[in-house]
Amino acid sequence: MRVPLSWLSEYVDITIQPEELAQRLTDAGLEVADIVRTGDWQNVFVGQVVELRPHPNADRLTLATVDVGGERQTVVCGAPNVAVGQKVAFAREGAVLVDPRTRQPAPLRRAVIRGVESAGMICSELELGLSDDHTGIMVLPEDAPVGVPLSSYLGETVLELEIRPNRPDALSVLGIAREVAALTGVQVREPPSEYEEHGPPVRSLASVVVEAPDLCPRYVAAVVQGVRIGPSPSWMQRRLEAAGLRPINNVVDITNYVMLEMGQPLHAFDWEKLARRRVVVRRAREGETLVLLDGTEARLQPDMLVIADAERPVALAGVMGGANSEVSESTTTVLLESANFLGPSIRRTAQALKVRTEASLRFEKGLSPYLPLYAARRAVRLMVELCGGTAARGLVDVFPARERQASIYLTQERLRRVLGMDVSREEVEQTLAALGFRCRWRRPATYVVTPPYWRTDVRIPDDVAEEVARVVGYERIPAVLRAPSLPPAEADPMRELRERVRDALAQAGMQEVITYPLSDRETLARVLSTEELASHPPLRVANPMSRELEYLRTTLRAGLLRSLVRNLRSRPGLVALFEVGRVFLPRTDDLPHEVEMAAGIVAGPKPDRWGLPRAEPADFFDAKAFLETALAILGVQAEFLPARHAVFLPGSTAEVQVEGKAVGLLGQLHPAVAQAFEVEGDAFLFELDLERLSPHVPAGRRYRPISRFPPVREDLAVVVDADVPAAAVRKLIEASPLVARAELFDLYTGPPVPEGKKSLAFAVTYQALDRTPSDEEVARERRRIVARLERELGASLRG
Amino acid sequence: MPSLAETLRELEEEARTALASVADLEALDSWRTTYLGRRGRLREVTRGLASLAPEERRQVGALANRVLEELEAAFGERRRQLEQEALARKLAEAALDVSLPGRPLLRGRLHPVTQTLRDVLAAFAALGFQVVEGPEVEWDYYNFEALLIPKDHPARDLWATLWIDYRRDGEMPMLLRTHTSPNQVRYMEKHRPPIRIVSPGRCYRYEATDPTHEWMLTQVEVLAVDEGISMADLKGTLAEVARRLFGTERRVRFRCEYYPFVEPGMDVLIDCFQCRGEGCRTCGQSGWIEILGSGMVHPRILANVGYDPERYTGFAAGLGIERIAMLRYGIDDIRLFYQNDLRFLEQF
Repeated sequence: MRVPLSWLSEYVDITIQPEELAQRLTDAGLEVADIVRTGDWQNVFVGQVVELRPHPNADRLTLATVDVGGERQTVVCGAPNVAVGQKVAFAREGAVLVDPRTRQPAPLRRAVIRGVESAGMICSELELGLSDDHTGIMVLPEDAPVGVPLSSYLGETVLELEIRPNRPDALSVLGIAREVAALTGVQVREPPSEYEEHGPPVRSLASVVVEAPDLCPRYVAAVVQGVRIGPSPSWMQRRLEAAGLRPINNVVDITNYVMLEMGQPLHAFDWEKLARRRVVVRRAREGETLVLLDGTEARLQPDMLVIADAERPVALAGVMGGANSEVSESTTTVLLESANFLGPSIRRTAQALKVRTEASLRFEKGLSPYLPLYAARRAVRLMVELCGGTAARGLVDVFPARERQASIYLTQERLRRVLGMDVSREEVEQTLAALGFRCRWRRPATYVVTPPYWRTDVRIPDDVAEEVARVVGYERIPAVLRAPSLPPAEADPMRELRERVRDALAQAGMQEVITYPLSDRETLARVLSTEELASHPPLRVANPMSRELEYLRTTLRAGLLRSLVRNLRSRPGLVALFEVGRVFLPRTDDLPHEVEMAAGIVAGPKPDRWGLPRAEPADFFDAKAFLETALAILGVQAEFLPARHAVFLPGSTAEVQVEGKAVGLLGQLHPAVAQAFEVEGDAFLFELDLERLSPHVPAGRRYRPISRFPPVREDLAVVVDADVPAAAVRKLIEASPLVARAELFDLYTGPPVPEGKKSLAFAVTYQALDRTPSDEEVARERRRIVARLERELGASLRG
Repeated sequence: MPSLAETLRELEEEARTALASVADLEALDSWRTTYLGRRGRLREVTRGLASLAPEERRQVGALANRVLEELEAAFGERRRQLEQEALARKLAEAALDVSLPGRPLLRGRLHPVTQTLRDVLAAFAALGFQVVEGPEVEWDYYNFEALLIPKDHPARDLWATLWIDYRRDGEMPMLLRTHTSPNQVRYMEKHRPPIRIVSPGRCYRYEATDPTHEWMLTQVEVLAVDEGISMADLKGTLAEVARRLFGTERRVRFRCEYYPFVEPGMDVLIDCFQCRGEGCRTCGQSGWIEILGSGMVHPRILANVGYDPERYTGFAAGLGIERIAMLRYGIDDIRLFYQNDLRFLEQF
């Protein structure tokens, strides 16, 4: 809502600066998003062209003599539209104007043009910064006072308000004036709406039938005869333009003007185009269409409310008028509609037809049914005054379900309970009165409050409490920090695990990313196996913002891959990313199952440790190290078993198991997938299903005693078949009660190790809690281990 | 022929000269062997003692002992000197270019939104708020209707919604939640006052992205319901959280705002981090930046979940984590968060 201050000040005295006014309104809930000043010109005055002579040296130029209030100046003018008698904007030397070539402000200098000195300039709209129009000079209205600074005549300060949907009353200049009055302690001046009714009784000219009173609580109609269609007066045009509306003709402008002034949308029909001079408010019929004022044809649905005459729809109620009943040059009699329509119905219709207008935006918020009568009278007065019309006697007013406005009972106790402070009775009553509320005091301590008719948003006692608070100012409410009564604590194991996993992966050295949960179906299909895709088909967004953001993820893989590629391109070095977030697995007729997942991706060269052997690309075991470290931080012991999955490279894929249960995957990205995402080089990906992992994560740590006796360290190298897992060998070595740990330090294949075999070398630490193991004891234990390795895994000691 | 005593003195003189010119520990050892060793020069001279008269032998013997002691002492002194020199040389040779970089280790980090979210939750935890969560895909009922935003309500425009392609009875009842407020109702349906929770999570809006708008956001919902909770508690709690997050020097302001599910409604603002209240582009010339929306829980919502609104009152608030992270780190483009560029993420 754009509110020019000059217009606002017609209804209320503005006693403070615009900035402070904006602040006060904003703090009271009517946000002033911007203060726009137009026409802050210096050295530009209203002038009148009194004489034109041809330029002696140029055909296209004229010499214009301008009266600037008792003083005459001659300027060189090139505009085609300059004429004697015009009121114009005359700029003197030093005025800062927009340069038509550069579109930048520049000071005006005295100039000699083709040998004739020009004392100033007659300005175009572009030069004044009012529009892009530079086809000719700007011609001011005839009533412009010669000699006054243009800024005082045309300059304007406009408040741009962002009105919240609960305050349709504030979508009007009068509504804002009421707020200003309450906030600054002054009185509102209501616009005049009396007029003389010289015409015949309105009932003899028109009839109104409301067939859908559920959607149209009130319909007021007036008829004005003998109007002369023409442009509206310049002051009205200026106000409409300042508020952002385009002037059309005097009748239409008056309907728009009163809408902006009072907040009530109005519509003017050409009375003669209404069949049988009849207005029927009804639901549209199947198959009906209506060409709207903007030229589009609306296909009407039976739940849409229309205004019809005896034969056909003539307007889409509360949204837009129809072309068939439009006021035109030839119109002489106007039927003015000032009605109240049900908000949700108007909103549905406007959304369905995608025509949202100033009218529909007001109606959908729920206007007061008391407003139409005031607005109709105001508009008729203006039509009588400005269009030379004759008002019919009386108004048609169909208002079947008139209800008395309910009182609201706000106790002093409730007010204190809500606000947390006391406000004196005197101040409450004063504040509410300033806002137009009626307020009676009932013993022992209750305010009986009736909101003014325009405040449809105030219904319950707490609404009234807000009115009091916002006017006295939220700043006055004390800030109190008290010891609360605490509810019993509830554990959320999944959330706690999720956050621990986040920490663990970061501690392991990976960077957390957060990616969008929406992508396109093809991208998801690329990173899912056929079975995964079939068992959990991704949910679709019905109104996606783009094709790339259409399907809800059922995996974190795609987002991570995208982030990986972006980073491999933008920066050198290893990229190790993880994400912890939800995937959405659809369920029948229910919200999707939201599963917390963790996933990581690793690619690129390992950090270059200068002076040491060259950096190598990260491989499967680097990725595995991140995962293992994170799992170790969580206290989880995992096993990695060979697995197959369409997204991973066969032979480089593992299922992650904990206590025999599958909890995730680890593997090298399949080259086909890598290529599809344009990943350069090998990439390694892992993921954990936190729901599956959860039961296997130890709640806490148990202490294990540490030995005070020195360990004995030995290397143990064995040769096994190539397909014997190293983990099995290690597990067997560590099964010995005397072995504290066995760490793999070498894997070797090739001569002299026979074909199909591999050599595994472990650093074995023997240790006992109660003694230092003797050499003989260690030797005995080693023989026992080797025997078991031979027996169970077909291993042989490497010589 | 010089006397034995003279010979001793000459020898002492010579040994001292030689010692002075010894350059390293090796030469020092051979000096010692030469002069003080078992077969050294001093022994050689003292062997002549036996041929002297007893009186003279005692005198010269004493002299010989003194010479021996003094040379030993000089030797020790010289050795310390040489050892120090050797050490200094060795250190000089081994000196590092300390400006060379340390060998890199991998350092992992949490996303700045995660870090900020945790700080926000910690600030509320210190005031006794528990964390609870809810689903990101929600029913229209919890996201809107239960919050007093029925179908065809104009306030729905405040939350441009992404709907799930699922129809039931001709309606589309499933959506990506536009805020964390549904968790208010979800939690209250299952609990009785006193209630004191924060509920974090991702939210989604149908919104074109620009430096200040992102379609995915992280919110924290705050809800406290009990007897005797007023706007003064709301102000006190939120001011304290703002102080913990942004420091005591920041100014906090409160103003009236409309949300359908609170009454009265309130916005909390802090002075702009860029201009400190002067007015700049970041704060839209106002000098203030909105950090959260809040208000007193609408009594109808309390009644709908079976609480007596005459007995219980409550406050609710919603914070945007990205906004807070932008303020804390001076980030001027919200889109950076979810572009996941390591050059950005590694700064936190």
